[in-house]
Amino acid sequence: MSTAAATETKPAPPAIEKIKVKVDGREIEVPKLSPDHTGKLVPTTMIQATEAAKTDVPHYCYHPKLPVAGNCRMCLVEFGTPALGPDRKPVMNPDGTPKIAKSPRPAIGCATPISPGMEIYTKTPSVKQMREGVLESLLINHPLDCPICDQAGECKLQEYSVDYGQSASRFVEAKVHKPKAVDLGPRIMLDAERCILCTRCIRFTKDVAGDDALGIVNRGSYNTIATFPGLRFDNNYTLNTVDICPVGALTSKDFRFQMRVWFLKETKSVCTSCATGCNVLISSREEKIYRYTPRENDGVNGPWMCDAGRLNYKWIQREDRLKDVLVRGEKSSWTVALSEIADKLKQAPAGSVAIVASARQTNEELWLLSKLKAKLGAISDSVPRVGKGDNLLVDEDKNPNTNGARLTGMSFTEMGINLSKIAAGIARGEIKMLIVFGEDLLMNSVSGAKLREKELTSEVVSEHGITAELLGKLDTLIVSDILPNATAKYAHYVLPGCAHAEKRGSFTNRDGRVQKFMQAIQPKGDARAEWDFLHDLVYNVTGKNGFLTIEGLFNEMAKDVPAFNGLTWAGLGDNGVTVKI
Amino acid sequence: MPQEFKLILKHLDNPGYTPDIECYLRHGGYDALKKALAIQPKDLPDGKKASPQEQIRDDVKLSGLRGRGGAGFSCGLKWSFVDRRSGKPIYLICNADESEPGTFKDRQIIHKDPHQLIEGMIISCFANDVKLAYIYIRGEMPLGAKLLNKALAEARAKNLLGKNILGSGYDLDIHVHRGAGAYICGEETGLIESLEGKRPYPRIKPPYFPAVLGLYMCPTIVNNVETLCNVKHIVTMGGAEFAKLGTPNNTGTRIVSLSGQVKRPGYYEIEVGKATIGQLINDPVFGGGLRDGHKLKAVIPGGSSAKVFKAGEKFKLKRKVDGKDVEQEVDMLDLPYDFDSLIAAGSMSGSSAIIVMDDSVDIVEALANISEFYAHESCGQCTPCREGSLWMSKTLHRLTHGEGRKSDADYLVKIADNIPGGRTICAFGEACSWPVQSFVAKFKDEFVAKGAADEERRANEKIQPKTATPVERKELATAH
Repeated sequence: MSTAAATETKPAPPAIEKIKVKVDGREIEVPKLSPDHTGKLVPTTMIQATEAAKTDVPHYCYHPKLPVAGNCRMCLVEFGTPALGPDRKPVMNPDGTPKIAKSPRPAIGCATPISPGMEIYTKTPSVKQMREGVLESLLINHPLDCPICDQAGECKLQEYSVDYGQSASRFVEAKVHKPKAVDLGPRIMLDAERCILCTRCIRFTKDVAGDDALGIVNRGSYNTIATFPGLRFDNNYTLNTVDICPVGALTSKDFRFQMRVWFLKETKSVCTSCATGCNVLISSREEKIYRYTPRENDGVNGPWMCDAGRLNYKWIQREDRLKDVLVRGEKSSWTVALSEIADKLKQAPAGSVAIVASARQTNEELWLLSKLKAKLGAISDSVPRVGKGDNLLVDEDKNPNTNGARLTGMSFTEMGINLSKIAAGIARGEIKMLIVFGEDLLMNSVSGAKLREKELTSEVVSEHGITAELLGKLDTLIVSDILPNATAKYAHYVLPGCAHAEKRGSFTNRDGRVQKFMQAIQPKGDARAEWDFLHDLVYNVTGKNGFLTIEGLFNEMAKDVPAFNGLTWAGLGDNGVTVKI
Repeated sequence: MPQEFKLILKHLDNPGYTPDIECYLRHGGYDALKKALAIQPKDLPDGKKASPQEQIRDDVKLSGLRGRGGAGFSCGLKWSFVDRRSGKPIYLICNADESEPGTFKDRQIIHKDPHQLIEGMIISCFANDVKLAYIYIRGEMPLGAKLLNKALAEARAKNLLGKNILGSGYDLDIHVHRGAGAYICGEETGLIESLEGKRPYPRIKPPYFPAVLGLYMCPTIVNNVETLCNVKHIVTMGGAEFAKLGTPNNTGTRIVSLSGQVKRPGYYEIEVGKATIGQLINDPVFGGGLRDGHKLKAVIPGGSSAKVFKAGEKFKLKRKVDGKDVEQEVDMLDLPYDFDSLIAAGSMSGSSAIIVMDDSVDIVEALANISEFYAHESCGQCTPCREGSLWMSKTLHRLTHGEGRKSDADYLVKIADNIPGGRTICAFGEACSWPVQSFVAKFKDEFVAKGAADEERRANEKIQPKTATPVERKELATAH
């Protein structure tokens, strides 16, 4: 999981000896040892060598982040090793090259270690014939109803059928029938007939998630994936089995039959449900989000993510989203609201303004707020948000950008320490203006019933002294948020903001990894990305112009914030860059 | 004249011979163990010392003993692969999951002379520094498990097992583990998984060679019952003397399970290679010939997974005559019953179970029966065997239930060809496909004729050929 991130800061490991092998006649150099699914160095396998040679070897059960099972037999290849004479010395060909003794038996690429001088053959007629044989075996008892299968379009069986399948089946016997639409757990459905018994799901939940929940019952062709009788497949990582299932056997109850995958647009993004910042792909079509899937990043989440984070997207599509700019409760426009706010801020005496910024905002937005804060001499903080963590991916800190709030100076090592000071300032009448971004100050705790409504996310905001009575005492309350909340009801200005899926920006995760995310869908109504209108506001208040693009803004921020020095938007790449926190 | 040579079976069928320890001791039991424990370190010419354990291992290597379970792999070589430097405990497992159809030799030893096995195991464990050993016994042998447990208790009571065996300082205990009735548990890595309490899915090799990563990921030796009994006799006789039994590279004795349509089916111990298949079937001391009025049709020489021989089949074998290599044509019945000759003839002696079929046998039905067994017993771990074994069985079921096609013979071979030859994790792939390949190759006309007859009948009945079998496979459709 996060082992790769940890190793980034460690000194480079000693160089691994390289050995030369040939893949389909082309010589390549590969490390003698390669990391296994746990990161431990073990002898490099033939499939890793073919991968290094950019030669595709089809496979179902092999997954680089799971223990090797070797059961699908799709990656069978032929190979040879340098021939040894009776004197145990290599035998040479007349042209001086080592003579290769071809193995009479094929071997599975996923489990067979390479040796110096080995030759791997992936394109011989007999390799092709073996793949065809395996594929035929997999298909004889498989329903041939791709048009109604949810996996169609991202199915390995479909893909390899194009490469190694026959146009007609010679199978004339009756197919084996197995249970369909099996309710394995709260989020997973199983179609046992579609299952090719690669056991990826079993290995994932046992060896990665640490929940030995799945197994195989029956024998031979009747083998079926199942849970222990009476038990449910229910841990916080079950939906990863849907991702790694090469066929349509395991489907997500949330996503199944909602949308054909080829219609979906995939946008690189980051999960906002906790400080881990798992990399995700947002699948959307026509301004609607259909699913999140993990995007592989070995420095953060590997190829996995938790179910809670994965399903935490429906709020983006809620009907009651804040869509209008409100000035004293009346619908207004951005121009009016922003110029009024700017005027008020310009006239505000030092010390009369406080800012509560959310650690769910992006680095860029927090930095823009820090510019306001500096100009106004304001007091600021963010609201800590804590929940349950685990030892795999889920962090106790439910804010995605705690480190961003700290590095930009909007909050401090102990987040929330200033909230009681702000409350006291309001009570004493010193603080007359309060700017609140992305937080409902009146939400002190969440009841159990409401927790369930929030689709598996459990978060508790720590208590602070800012009450409704205090909010009522303010001269000006400016609130920007995405969903309606109690604080906004007291606001003089309500500025509708955007979910991360509706804008671009970056977060700094728990390890200090700065990761950018892209826009998947358009904002709702009049809502605008916070960095976009904050940029206008900062210009109006400070008179300093920034950049109108997120790239320029990020690069400007990187020059200004010491921790981000040297970063560029482009340089973040898809996987982010770790900074010192 | 071929004769039985009773080494392992010496006493067990004698009147009055009982499986208890007192009877075993009266017949010289545990003398070999005492001899083994009394071996002193020996000085070698190169100045090193050979420990008693090394001496026994060398003797077993010298004896040329080959595994009696099925593969016929050299026992001494197998023991030499054991990783003795890992610092992990070494385990020994006795494979008593005798389940190859046609085989019934190990159960005789277990039921009638369990102490012979236990003595062989203790010596083998001593020779390999094993402190804990298991007997994995087939689930369908409850009596055998009971007898073994009783025998182990007797041995413990006499300090032949447990701490400080016979004052030698050597500790060993042996446990009996009963299988739950799966053929695949006889595959050594499947057995190990089962013993660990898991589903008996054979392990991939590499990396899980039992000699290095076996039971609980520790070095492990898995030997057949008969093989372990032989170790006792090697210690008694000395490896060199044992090697004089049988024929070169096929040393010692083997217990042959003879079944099928012979007059005297049963188990016969012979010196390996000192009797031919024909003698085993026809000689009055062995099978005593076929039933009167019947002719030989086919012989499966090594348990149901071995490739079948057709009566009258001839093989060209390389033989040494007066020190020269000569190629000789040998009739199937004149094949010496040993490891190498049968391999040279394209089959194997396997678990040394000879299944004899006379001319009353419908060869298609016979293969359907074998195939159904393998379809039922495939563990289902890897694709070619899981799907192929049932496919072949379904086809043969159709062919034996009036729904055959002329083309089914070729169809069967094409299915079978996709399974063996290293495409599967374990040798079950070969076990299920070899019978189909060999039966169809050698009796193709019968398969074609059956299919043709079905086609003709359907045409006469004006029934269109069906594309799917209408025959309900109740016996297989039931999940286990």
